Amino acid sequence: MSERSKADAPLLEVKKLRRFFPIRKGLLRRVVGQVRAVDDVSFHIKRGETLSLVGESGCGKTTTARCILRALKPTAGQVLFQTAAGDVVDTAALPKRALQPFRHQMQMIFQDPFSSLNPRMTVFDIIAEPLLASGVKSREQRRRRVEELLELARLRPEFMGRYPHAFSGGQRQRIGIARALALNPSLIVADEPVSALDVSVQAQILNLMLDLQDELGLTYLFVAHDLSVVKHISDRVAVMYVGKIVEIAETKHLFNAPQHPYTEALLSAVPKPDPRLRAERIALKGEVADAAQPPTGCYFHPRCAYAIDRCRTEAPQLEETQPGHFVSCHRAKEIELTGVEAPGIGKPS
Amino acid sequence: MTNSPILTVDNLKTYFFTDEGAVRAVDGASFEVHAGKTVGIVGESGCGKSVTALSILRIVQRPGRIVEGAIRLRRADASGKRGEVDLASLDPEGAEIRAIRGGEIALVFQEPMTSFSPHYTIGNQIVETIQLHQAVGKAEARSRTIELLRMVGIPRPERRIDEYPFELSGGLRQRVMIAMALSCNPKILIADEPTTALDVTTQAQILDLLRDIQARTQMSVIIITHDMGVIAEMADDVIVMYLGRVVESGPVDEIFHAPKHPYTQALLRSIPSIFAEPRSKLPTIAGSIPHPHNRPSGCPFHPRCAEAMPGLCERHAPQLLPLSPSQKASCFLYHEPEEVAPA
Repeated sequence: MSERSKADAPLLEVKKLRRFFPIRKGLLRRVVGQVRAVDDVSFHIKRGETLSLVGESGCGKTTTARCILRALKPTAGQVLFQTAAGDVVDTAALPKRALQPFRHQMQMIFQDPFSSLNPRMTVFDIIAEPLLASGVKSREQRRRRVEELLELARLRPEFMGRYPHAFSGGQRQRIGIARALALNPSLIVADEPVSALDVSVQAQILNLMLDLQDELGLTYLFVAHDLSVVKHISDRVAVMYVGKIVEIAETKHLFNAPQHPYTEALLSAVPKPDPRLRAERIALKGEVADAAQPPTGCYFHPRCAYAIDRCRTEAPQLEETQPGHFVSCHRAKEIELTGVEAPGIGKPS
Repeated sequence: MTNSPILTVDNLKTYFFTDEGAVRAVDGASFEVHAGKTVGIVGESGCGKSVTALSILRIVQRPGRIVEGAIRLRRADASGKRGEVDLASLDPEGAEIRAIRGGEIALVFQEPMTSFSPHYTIGNQIVETIQLHQAVGKAEARSRTIELLRMVGIPRPERRIDEYPFELSGGLRQRVMIAMALSCNPKILIADEPTTALDVTTQAQILDLLRDIQARTQMSVIIITHDMGVIAEMADDVIVMYLGRVVESGPVDEIFHAPKHPYTQALLRSIPSIFAEPRSKLPTIAGSIPHPHNRPSGCPFHPRCAEAMPGLCERHAPQLLPLSPSQKASCFLYHEPEEVAPA
């Protein structure tokens, strides 16, 4: 927790990030259009904080995460990362080779624990690989570090000689977490880390991530589609729709008092695990807009129950409506939206 | 509505005979499906929920087969006389089960992309289904198909009917899948994880659609899912499965508000809730689901159970027995082990 108050400067600041994918057609592979996968996305993450990116498939949340890790080169924009040495680098602008010293400070936890671990490597080799790559030559040193990491991930160190197939999904995800922690990263990007796991195991991994954050002062960028999972882990949440952030706020504010109609609809669509709460849902019309041919004005207007003429022609900007609560909607201040109420308060009979 | 169930699954056992030994995918499942009602089967991976569905339709792939039990479907035979047929005893390739499959009992799969043939238009595939089960001409089958597509909410069905599956989004494809399942007016619709591959807002649309159609057609629905939220929204009755066994069954309200089996209780506590405090810890279930070849003795849940009674739960297998007129559980907290019950 001491890490949390230490620095005021954000660990990561993303400014006007764009990533377009060209659509090529014909014999000459001429570019005929652009898929605007990430379009003008800005946010920051403080040290020790968890920010979640949520949205439906194709909204650009994974592309954003991949741009931050420079698994993809952004088309435009800045990714400002505060390094361990204390200075700020723009990883979007650096050539690939110059990134090397910073790579180990940002690590990734993957979605599928079955395909993200090499089946031909032992657990020791999997977790020690980043150590070897960063120049830890002594095998004994590596062994001791792997032992430490397995204990951090609540796995028995004597398992390190085994192969991934001997482990369950939850245990494999712990191995993936141990590998991500090997080089003492400050930022962990977790892309759907629990969505491939069984419900009873999801809870264990979420708790582990919360514990590790407190123990090691980690900062998380958490990418997920499951809003219930997001509610458990996040300090703040950013909702994305067709490549843009439509709302960003503290978790509680976003869930209890959403200000964007899309957030409201998302919250309403989540099946609530209580048969007494079967209520009328807000049914969204139609489907997610095509990022290659987005609608005019606000991208959400064709599906929005609150849309007015202005929404069809003029694109809204992300604006701060309350301290720390940013919304991109022309009508944010005049419409009253419903969030999720805690059970017990106004529970329908 | 009468009280006798339209489908009764009685002590169903479906095993897979592999080189490493028999995997007891379904190990004595019993439940009933009533007309016009929705039964939700919930459980985690390996609990046997999907194999139960495949067993009902008799499409379990080798090396799996039904080794015991009965699946009784109440139906009118050719002469219109009401009777019962035991699906478990039918030849899986015979004419009778083929008439039932897709006719009286239809199935909607999880993955709408792989459930269609990519080579034929969606219209083609639905027309084929209709003509397989009903003696109608091509033109009539086609106009029925357009009607069905309209019913499941496909915009401009006259044009969409000639499109190929890849031209449709996931949500639309799942609607087409449902249209195909409904094409022969099934009495029972089995939906195996029908919304798992879909986004939340699309999921909400599909669940609303299923409810809507059920209200209109009075068909029974068996919905199979790992998602307690979907169960809470859809089911009238709930079957909770763990490692091939039904551990608890009952009306949806009792399952969620008065669960009896320690597994049901733990499962409900451990689901991330949208009502939770941010950054709050979740109660967990210890350990993980055992590998099917390392099935625990006695009650399959005992190694993970906080209330396991040493000397009892690992030695004897509890039976699914009634606790009240509507709720059943298989747990020694509520029943004494029978003298003869072997481990």
